[in-house]
Amino acid sequence: MLEQHFPVLPIVLPLMAAPICILLGRSQLAWLFATLISGLSFFISVALLLTTLDQGVLSYALGGWEPPWGIEMRIDVASALVLCVVTGISSLVLVYAKESIAKEIDRSQHTLFYAAHLLCLTGLSGILSTGDAFNLFVFLEISSLATYTLVSLASDKRCLTAAFRYLVMGTIGATFILIGVGMMYMKTGTLNMIDLAARIAEFDGNRTVNTGLAFILVGVSIKLALFPLHMWLPPAYTHAPSAVSAFLASTATKVAVYVMVRFIFTIYGAEYVFYTMSMDIILLVLAIVAIFKCSFMATVQSNVKTVLAFSSVAQIGYMILGISLVSSAGLMAGLLHIFNHALMKGALFMAVGAVFLRTGSVDIKAFQGLGRQMPLTMAAFAIAGLSIIGVPLTAGFVSKWYLVTAALEQQHWIIAFLVLIGSLFAIVYIGRILEAAYFQKPSEITEEKDIKEAPLLMLVPMWILVLANIYFGIETSVSVSAADAASQWLTQPTATMGAAQ
Amino acid sequence: MAEFIDLVLLGMLAITALRVIFLKDLFAVVMLFGIYSFLSALIFVNLDAVDVAFTEASVGAGISTVLMLGTLALTGRKEKTSNHPALLPLLVVGVTGAALIYGSLDMPPFGDPNNPAHQHVAPRYIEDSPQEIGLPNMVTSVLASYRAFDTLGETAVVFAAAIGVLSLLGLPKRDRQAIESGLKSHLVLRVVAKLIIPLTILFALYVQFHGDYGPGGGFQAGVIAAAAIILYALVLGLPMATHVVQPALLKTLAALGVLIYAGTGVANFFLGGNFLDYNMLASDPVAGQHIGIILIELGVGITVFAAMLSIFYAFAGQAERTNIQ
Amino acid sequence: MSFIVDYYNYWIVVFLMMAGFYIVISANNLVKKIVGLNIFQTSVFMMYISIGKVSGGSAPIVAEGITTYSNPLPHVLILTAIVVGVATTAVGLALVVRIKRAYGTVEENEFEDKEDLI
Repeated sequence: MLEQHFPVLPIVLPLMAAPICILLGRSQLAWLFATLISGLSFFISVALLLTTLDQGVLSYALGGWEPPWGIEMRIDVASALVLCVVTGISSLVLVYAKESIAKEIDRSQHTLFYAAHLLCLTGLSGILSTGDAFNLFVFLEISSLATYTLVSLASDKRCLTAAFRYLVMGTIGATFILIGVGMMYMKTGTLNMIDLAARIAEFDGNRTVNTGLAFILVGVSIKLALFPLHMWLPPAYTHAPSAVSAFLASTATKVAVYVMVRFIFTIYGAEYVFYTMSMDIILLVLAIVAIFKCSFMATVQSNVKTVLAFSSVAQIGYMILGISLVSSAGLMAGLLHIFNHALMKGALFMAVGAVFLRTGSVDIKAFQGLGRQMPLTMAAFAIAGLSIIGVPLTAGFVSKWYLVTAALEQQHWIIAFLVLIGSLFAIVYIGRILEAAYFQKPSEITEEKDIKEAPLLMLVPMWILVLANIYFGIETSVSVSAADAASQWLTQPTATMGAAQ
Repeated sequence: MAEFIDLVLLGMLAITALRVIFLKDLFAVVMLFGIYSFLSALIFVNLDAVDVAFTEASVGAGISTVLMLGTLALTGRKEKTSNHPALLPLLVVGVTGAALIYGSLDMPPFGDPNNPAHQHVAPRYIEDSPQEIGLPNMVTSVLASYRAFDTLGETAVVFAAAIGVLSLLGLPKRDRQAIESGLKSHLVLRVVAKLIIPLTILFALYVQFHGDYGPGGGFQAGVIAAAAIILYALVLGLPMATHVVQPALLKTLAALGVLIYAGTGVANFFLGGNFLDYNMLASDPVAGQHIGIILIELGVGITVFAAMLSIFYAFAGQAERTNIQ
Repeated sequence: MSFIVDYYNYWIVVFLMMAGFYIVISANNLVKKIVGLNIFQTSVFMMYISIGKVSGGSAPIVAEGITTYSNPLPHVLILTAIVVGVATTAVGLALVVRIKRAYGTVEENEFEDKEDLI
């Protein structure tokens, strides 16, 4: 009976669970409950992915009001795929969080942490599921507010300024999106995405519609930390609690990339955005600059979390690069990288959090000699790091492979070459840390202490992600076919999409 | 005439905004922001958006200003002269503004009834909602039924804000032996407050339950009710207020409101409807809509009241702490 | 002339938005930044409400003898957006209070000096 309500459940379950966590009042209970709810959402998301692979698209009219008068949840393969990533990572991070926040967050705030995490999950699921442009803004703000709270929960005072900067930038981005949606509404009289797509297709070179698109793209670019609007991200990911960094790095920016894909491909149509407005050149240049500038920044940091944060901005560059290739293959590579990057960054941040738990520091010096003291954690870090670099038999290789193939398909030799050069930077910044861990003697931070391996509750989710990195590096059929189906669905002409309704 | 009033108000807004840019006294800046907010509420009335005006006046000019003043009490009221070169911000603002003006050139003319915005989706709300929902206030119909999912999201945002502020500042402890505070010695204030507070709460209840027929609804009612307690706290001191409405209770209430709203939506699953489809709540769809709307407005009202008041408590508790130190 | 009558409302609103936006990105004091953010958002709300206005219409509450109503949809959207705005303001100001306690200042350039670059 409940199956027909699956499209709305990944939003409603965590939304109701957040206040219940507050009412439960006990840290242990809230943890157990939040993890269960998140896991349940994950299973529903997987069911949704299987259904959409089979049937194409699921539409759910909220309040029973048919769209465009009511709000519609509209789930296709692309949304279900990212939904699986978000709910899956959320469940693993919650398992991991119990031990991690015990050290990093004051005990009295644990239930608030779980409630904020669930609200963030609500917002992200809502963004992925909704078929209504304004509803998307509302969920964006739920997830953002919860994120500011999560970042500011850390005990280091620098998290406060990081969260404030994030709040100001995030609100500017959301307000830009609001302006853009207003301009679209003004010209079309509707807010439903499919309806908007059909009506925008009638305009050709309308100045209000074009400006609306520009504002939405800039707003979303702030949210996804596209170079040069990325400056809020490194401090936020560096100073947030470890569990929060792991969750945000592998979900929040990915969801923003999804929003950009949704606006470009579903609402405005790739043809309009790329041929009429030539946005592909701008995105392409920014993506390549992001890859090089931020990969370079990652090589010179001494704080390992900052290294990973800059690496994230660079990896977002790869995703945007895939989108800006204006082809089904490029989009597919971008989507695949959303999936794969979540697996690797989640594992890396979890490993760093485990190191922080045991050594009390995330400076590269703290990693010296850890290869012997924390063998499992560092092995996880090493494998996920190889995946970032793009070594064969890891998930990272698969997405780079498809990205290079997509570039070559269109004779963009230089782009393919630049992608490979970018990977060399990853060898440097990951290599530095691995070298410290395996070939250097313990530094003054760790030599006096008796460093133990991370607790089981942290190792298990970390290793699930690491094994997923290997699994999806060898057995590519599941992830590739899902990403392929998603990009096929997104790049088809808008007219047929309306017909499917 | 309406256009003329509009123009005058917009001009006053422009002057206020410019003044805010150049003023260094933050107390004056916050006061000007309150004025800005009130002026925009007037513009909203002039443009027929009475519900929005009500909310802007109670939230922008009310709650936001109170919170800003509370922050100033802790951070100091003078802005230091900055030596930042203002060139880059000017450039960014110039480019953004130019883009907006460029975009405005193809906008539909202001106020034209043939604009696309009034043609496609909106006519159904205007023509059919009085029959489909049975309420004269179309804004309430759209807010609480057609787009009820947005409003659920809005309630979640308020709840998220309460969680954020509580995690950052914490709630004050209930303490009977706390030092004397507030403005108790002012006899006039005390008497006037005691007269106004019951009336305010009564008004909040009216706004809560009359929102279906006139401007108002759960959100405005929650803010007004919170304002009554805030006034009580300002005049009689925070310890007295926390004695009357306990902080721990507020946390429970905020959670409960969200659950009432979402629970109303989920209940429809078991009656054969979609999420938030109130038609099933009674044998007659219109009666079902009415029950659903009353329930969710109640949820909104409770969460907003509890969230706004606990946010105020958190700020006031900080100020109290600083005073003691 | 009709050109100006058609658009003056939007243009002034654009000016107000940019005034708020300028305060956000240029102000050094964090409280002032939040004030700017509020002015920016309130002005965007005015743009939406302007979209909803119908000349000669009245408030969208059914009343006898009235045939033209203004568009209720933008009103609903902005009610939601106002709430989102105050929620952001509350969290932002709470962060300002904590920053003051941790750094002893709420001037951006001063606490930037006090911490490492990142």
